[in-house]
Amino acid sequence: MTFFNSFLGTAAATALCAGAAMADPALIFDLGGKFDKSFNEAAHKGAERWAEDTGNSYNEIELQSEAQREQALRRFAKAGNNPIVMTGFAFGSVLEEVAPDYPDTKFAIIDMVVDAPNVRSVVFNEHQGSYLVGILAAMASETGTVGFIGGMDIPLIRKFACGYVQGVKAADPDAEVIQNMTGSTPAAWNDPVKGGELAKAQISQGADVIYAAAGGTGVGVLQAAADENILSIGVDSNQNYMHPGEVLTSMVKRVDNAVYEAFDQGADLETGIKVMGLANDGVGYAVDRFNADLITEEMKTAVEKAKESIVSGEVIVHDYMSDGTCPVE
Amino acid sequence: MDLATLLQVLDSTVRLATPLLLACLAGLFSERSGIFDIGLEGKMLAAAFFSGAIAAVTGSVWLGLLAGIAASMVLSGIHGLASITFRGNQLISGVAINFLAAGLTVVIAQAWFQQGGRTPSLIGGARFAPITQPFAETLKNVPVLGPVYYQLFSGHSILVYLAFLMVPATWWVLLRSRFGLRLRAVGEAPEAVDTAGVSVIGTRYAAVAICGVLCGVAGSYLATGLQAGFVKDMSAGRGYIALAALIFSKWRPWHALGATMLFGFLQALALRPDIIETALRVPIPVQLLDALPYILTVVILAGFVGRATPPRAGGSPYVKER
Repeated sequence: MTFFNSFLGTAAATALCAGAAMADPALIFDLGGKFDKSFNEAAHKGAERWAEDTGNSYNEIELQSEAQREQALRRFAKAGNNPIVMTGFAFGSVLEEVAPDYPDTKFAIIDMVVDAPNVRSVVFNEHQGSYLVGILAAMASETGTVGFIGGMDIPLIRKFACGYVQGVKAADPDAEVIQNMTGSTPAAWNDPVKGGELAKAQISQGADVIYAAAGGTGVGVLQAAADENILSIGVDSNQNYMHPGEVLTSMVKRVDNAVYEAFDQGADLETGIKVMGLANDGVGYAVDRFNADLITEEMKTAVEKAKESIVSGEVIVHDYMSDGTCPVE
Repeated sequence: MDLATLLQVLDSTVRLATPLLLACLAGLFSERSGIFDIGLEGKMLAAAFFSGAIAAVTGSVWLGLLAGIAASMVLSGIHGLASITFRGNQLISGVAINFLAAGLTVVIAQAWFQQGGRTPSLIGGARFAPITQPFAETLKNVPVLGPVYYQLFSGHSILVYLAFLMVPATWWVLLRSRFGLRLRAVGEAPEAVDTAGVSVIGTRYAAVAICGVLCGVAGSYLATGLQAGFVKDMSAGRGYIALAALIFSKWRPWHALGATMLFGFLQALALRPDIIETALRVPIPVQLLDALPYILTVVILAGFVGRATPPRAGGSPYVKER
């Protein structure tokens, strides 16, 4: 009898454990790794914050190769993890195949839209965040000329550029914006040397604040700007720390908030397209101890006012991707 | 276009052309000895990573430069082993080196620094600082020559001056020294050199080693001179442009200087679409400027502007016994 009792006890304990595992959410980091100082690290922070706040645990994996994408997704789904969050548009095609096989599991993909009934697609209003840093750039500029350096010439980056120009013109209608794209192939994301040269070329044309939305190329832009003692603006995660006192601000995408929210809703994750904009703090500008001295009271008031009017719908920032054109140059 | 703008573009040209020039001279040594080298790109990338990593860890840019040269020479050694000793296909070996460098640098960087395949940013003595030439500040206000001296000649890192000095040095070594004569002979008629009692294998290894050193300097310049650290794939095709420049210059040192300066100028011009538009009054797509080095090379290869004849024994391993 005692044997039977302990057997039952063990079985019950196993069942409980299994139940706990069922509820655990999972997070898959893309190839950059969870300490990439950017996108994936933001996701990691969001997950950690959730674990701390709720006392629950979550599973995670850092992908080491392209072939692991589908494997990791299926492994987590089979193990009963719910929801499963993945960072990066590269999961798009894989998720399209995997999601229908596990109809009871909820998935969340960031930066990509996957049309399936059990998938939440999180997209960001980068143009709104870029608008705000555009206002800051125009107000911080002494020459009246600011720059934009994009990575690969794709609609998403034009969306950043278009929002930025609108912000600059809103703060200073006479300001000039010099725009450059690094290239038209994926190599444009990882050419810091060309990024640095583009920054120097823009500086010689009078630009004294340069916004880089260019991945690894942006590292070169920020470096060249710091070397030449002008201001730069970082992107995606908070890059203010990279050159303290010389990075005006960063246009942050709150990937951490997106992950936190998905984890928080658990198995009842709302599916469909979730837009992260200014209204729900999905995008914004970063202020911390590294750039606090660069942002004056006047700038702060102006940018907060702009933020309010965008949230209330008073000001509508044109989204380049909606029609492929930009109303301002 | 006023003088200041012109100087800015030329200044940019010098910076962008320097890695091309070093890689082009590297390829020149290798190919003149009969060893084709597609792997310039990979060697530059490996050098960029190791120079950035060691400079970041030790804080000394000179140790970084040495590490970059060492990494590039290891890859050169592999290329030599495969194509000289084991008589493998030189093109395949070169391509393999490019893949090896592209993959390994990111993997090692990720395992070492956990920053998404990057090295930490270099600060202070871990970078090559620009050198202000003597009297540059005082001569700055002299009309025309002052700004030229101040902006164009002064204010580059030491590797830039080294690269330019390498041109006459290469010319002298290749065309005036005994070693150079043998090296060129090995690339044209190795059996003749062998008959004269000179080691073909040894000469080719020496050429490939020099190629490794120069590629190492080129890669180190990218990571520690132009930039402050390594970013994955940061060589961004410069090794291939250097190869194109090598063909464009028809395997000659002074022409290599001209070719790389021209390609560097095209790259610098591509950064300033506004200048081209005001000069030509029609917008030119930036992509066209990026493609021009390759287009020019094809034109040269097609024989429109003289003939580009590669070294006669290029690409074929030397077999002593018949």
